[in-house]
Parts: sequence; C-alpha cells; structure tokens
Amino acid sequence: MKTIIKIILGVSVIFTLASCRRNTEKSAENTLKDKELRGSIKIDGSSTVYPITEAIAEEFRAVAPEVKVTVGVSGTGGGFKKFSRGETAISDASRPIKDKEKIACEENGISYVQLEVAYDGLAVLVNPANDWLDHLSVEELKKIWEPAAQGVIMRWSQIRDGFPDEEIHLFGPGVASGTYDYFTKAICGEEGASRGDYTASEDDNVLVQGISTDKYGLGFFGLAYFEENKDKLKLVGVDGGEGVVIPTQATVADGTYQPLSRPIFIYVKDKAAEREEVVTFVTFYLELVPEIAQEVGYIALPAAEYAKQAEKFQAFISKK
Amino acid sequence: MTNAQKNRIIDKSFQAFGVVCTFFGLAILAVLIYNIFEEGLSRINWDFITNLPSRRPQKAGIYTAVMGTIWILVMTTLIAFPLGVGAGIYLEEYTKKTKLASLLEINIANLAGVPSIIYGLLGLEIFVRIFGLGGSLLAGSLTLSLLILPIIIVATREALKAVPSSIKDASMALGASKWQTIWNQTLPASIGGVLTGVILAISRAIGETAPLIVVGALAYVPFAPSSPMDEFTVMPIQIFNWVSRPQHGFAVNASAAIIVLLLITFMMNGIAVYFRNKWQKKIKW
Repeated sequence: MKTIIKIILGVSVIFTLASCRRNTEKSAENTLKDKELRGSIKIDGSSTVYPITEAIAEEFRAVAPEVKVTVGVSGTGGGFKKFSRGETAISDASRPIKDKEKIACEENGISYVQLEVAYDGLAVLVNPANDWLDHLSVEELKKIWEPAAQGVIMRWSQIRDGFPDEEIHLFGPGVASGTYDYFTKAICGEEGASRGDYTASEDDNVLVQGISTDKYGLGFFGLAYFEENKDKLKLVGVDGGEGVVIPTQATVADGTYQPLSRPIFIYVKDKAAEREEVVTFVTFYLELVPEIAQEVGYIALPAAEYAKQAEKFQAFISKK
Repeated sequence: MTNAQKNRIIDKSFQAFGVVCTFFGLAILAVLIYNIFEEGLSRINWDFITNLPSRRPQKAGIYTAVMGTIWILVMTTLIAFPLGVGAGIYLEEYTKKTKLASLLEINIANLAGVPSIIYGLLGLEIFVRIFGLGGSLLAGSLTLSLLILPIIIVATREALKAVPSSIKDASMALGASKWQTIWNQTLPASIGGVLTGVILAISRAIGETAPLIVVGALAYVPFAPSSPMDEFTVMPIQIFNWVSRPQHGFAVNASAAIIVLLLITFMMNGIAVYFRNKWQKKIKW
C-alpha cells in the first residue's frame, strides 16, 4: 500500500513542479506586456470557425497573457445552446442564429451582437480522373441532392446527357454541421432537406479520402480542405444562373461565387461585453482577422466590411 | 490412420490456429504502430511536449493536453479506486445471496457495457448542470469514474473470489472479526488482482474522448489546470481535433501525440504487471 501512496505523491509532485515552471515563465512575460487585463473568456461553437478563433486567441496571449481564453468545438447548434444558457461569452457560428435559439436567448435575458468575421466557400468536388465534368448548374446539384433523389438518381447518366452510365457515389458533411445546413438551404431551398443515402462524415478529411479514391465520387465541403488537397481532388465550377464560376479566394470575396459562399460569425453576449478584457479581445479579433482568415484557409471580408463590423460592435457596447 | 495419428493432426492444427489468432491481433497492432511511428516519431521533441496549442502545426504542442490528462488520471483514480474497491468488497463479502443482490450484480455487469457517450450525457446533466461544476476537471473525473466503476467492481470481486476460503475460515476461527479478516487477510492476498483491474480501467479512462467532449472539455486551452475546478483538455481530444484539420502538418502532430499517449498507456500497463507480480510473490500460505 505504501508504494501506491509513494507513486501518487511522486506523480503529483511532478505535475505541480511542471505547472510552477509555466507560471514563472508567464510572469516573466508579464513584466513586458499589458498585465492590467485579467479574467477569462469562454468561447464555444462551430468547428468551422474554430481555426480562426484559435489563431486569434493564440495571438491574443502575446497582448494580454493573463486573460484566459478557452475555445470549444460543440458545433454551431451546441454552441448556441450553451450561449443561450449564459455559459459562454462568445459563440462561434457558421450560420446566423435560428429563431428557436433567439427565443432561448431572450428567455434567459441574454442579448447579443452578431459580427461577420470571414467568408467560407463551399466547394463541389470530384475525383481527378473524372474527365466528363467541369461544372454543374444549381438545378443539376439540386437534382442530385434533393430528398426526392433518394434511390432514384443513382447513375451519372441521369444527371446530364453524355455522362457515363456508371453509379454515382456521394459524399458530404453530417447533418449536425452548419456546412450541411447551408448547402441544403442554398441548393435544395430548405435547410436540412437532402437525400439520406450518401456517405456522411463530420470529419472533412474522411470526405477528401473518399472522393480522392473513387472515380465516380462527388461531394462538397469547405474550400479550405480543397486548398490543402489540390493534387487529390478536382474542383467543379458552379453555375448559379449567371455563368460558371470556379470558387477561388477572389470569386468568394467579391460575391460572384453564388450561392455556395457564406459569411461566418461570432456572437458576443451583452453581459460579457461589459468586461474590458472581452471588449479588447473582440476589437483585437476584428483587427487581426483579415490576415488570420487567409492563413487558416478562409476568405477575408472587404476592408470596408470590417470597419462596419467594428462600428457595429462599438455601437453595441456604448448602448448600455 | 490410427486414432493416435488423427489426434496428433487435430492437436497440431489447433495449435496452428491458436498461433494465427495470436498473431492476427499483433500484426494489426504492428501495422498501426509502424504507420504512426513513421509519420510522427520525428515530430516528438521537448518543444512538442512543452508548447501550447497553436494554429501553426510546427509550433503546436501538447503541454496543456498532457497536463489535463495527468490531472484527470490522478483525480479519476482517487475517486474510482475507493468507491470501486469498497463496492466490490461489499458485494463479495457482505451481501447475502438474495434477489436484491443478484439484481445489483446484473445491473453492474450491464453498466460495464453502456456506451461511453451515455455516461457523458449523464455527467453533463448531473455533474455539470445540477451540481453546477461546469466543464471542470472535477466534472470530467467524476464522469470517467462512473464509466470505469463497473470494471473495477468486477475485477475486485474476481480477485476476492480467488482467495481460498480456508484462509478466511482460519482467520475467523482464530477469533478475528469480519473486518479484521478482510483487512488483514483477504485484501492483502488479493491486492495484486485488484490493482491490475484498477490500472487497466484507468488506462481505458485516459483514452476516452466522447464523454469528455459532452461534459465540456475544450479544444483550445492555453494554460495548465491549477485546481480541480479549472477547465481542461485531454490528449485524445487534442488528437481528434488535429486529425480533422485540413493541413497535413496537423496529421503529423496527431501521430506524434498518439505515440505519447501510447507510451503513457504502455507505462500504465507495465505498472499493472509489475504490481501483480510483486504482490503475488509476497503471498505465502
């Protein structure tokens, strides 16, 4: 029995020492930087927005090392659930807040401001060995993905004359993701309405894997995942009614890639915005995000748009 | 062909079958380890262990995740060990064979098979919301303790059962009370088996992701926890997060983190084997 106690003691000593080491390091940094700001900021929500918020939080440590910023990835819906309970200060979201979620916030006396932080393009992709397809119209996409297509549209030849008479294999994000919500709304006209017989995964790397190894595959996900896997996938242009547009940084940013580009948001709670560290963080966020968004694979808004978001935030805090 | 020859052939082929069975699992493990080591081994260095999470794969480290895992490990042990062993002793030594006892038994066996995410949902409702612990280390450890309690109880009971009843009878015959018998005879004789069970259960707990995500473990935590009420992240969550990122550098990081996690698990199992051998040798009847 004594040996166990010794081991437990040993382990606890090790990690107490380790955490001390961190603390002394931190306080050394402090003398150089803004040590006025303290407190903690809890952020949760969309995994799409997560890479941006994580990067901002990382940079924020250099500015205000004593503010503890934590970021979770409960998904847009899960994030709003916590937000409406008052558990988080900021919520990451890859779609605007839904009416149901608004009501939940109101019931708990939480008001908030919605800030656009970047654009995300949804890319439609096929295998590089696919030589019969370089673009699809929105109608064709709808024909493939709408609920009525389930068990009916099963072969490429059914989509357009001249396509091979081969089975089509579909890949897409799972129904819990904001990406799925957005795609179904833009293509099928109703959020959450799609066929169910496709390979769904919350992990976009699984979709990349699926499409890149299947000549007759087709799927959709965030543009960032295409940019990292350019050699394994072929990008499909989308015709939204005004000609075929290939999604690129430029076409997403100027809004010509429609309807598959969307803004992504952060939501800031009123109570939290009364705290100085939160105000500093959000201001810092809006200043830094144009640069960061690019770096982690998203597309920055036009500069004027960021100015507008900053004004909106200022108006929100001075209202009280 | 004589009967003896026939039997020998059956004997040989069953042995061959046994060898195939054994190496099937090992081969899969070898492939897995080879893949991971090939990709991740070169990434492991001191910076990787001591750096905070980062958007740049080269700069990102697992410091807070390792700290979170160690905290969870220690706290889960402190909670689950006394509860599990206590319950095991009660069920094995004190209960009479009543209907209620067998009902308890069936339920505990069933609990061991409940998917871990269910425990996460239970933990979220009870510890996080009703007890108001929030997404803290304490809430996470309590949830994981619930998850591994059935394993510990079952292991404890098996170990106690293995103690010959002659030992207990002799102790009782010499006038020892039930408590004295358990504390001085039964428990020391079975401690090797009990500890093996506990350590294997805890090895399982440190690999769990789903229940902790539900309870509220986070993806980005830039500070090591300093009290049981702090927010935290653990290694499986960090690995999960990295695997789903688009940049290849994060996949390398994930492999490196898997190696570290594997090392921790192997160490735990090593400790379990060591204790089992050590305590078994001590027993002299």
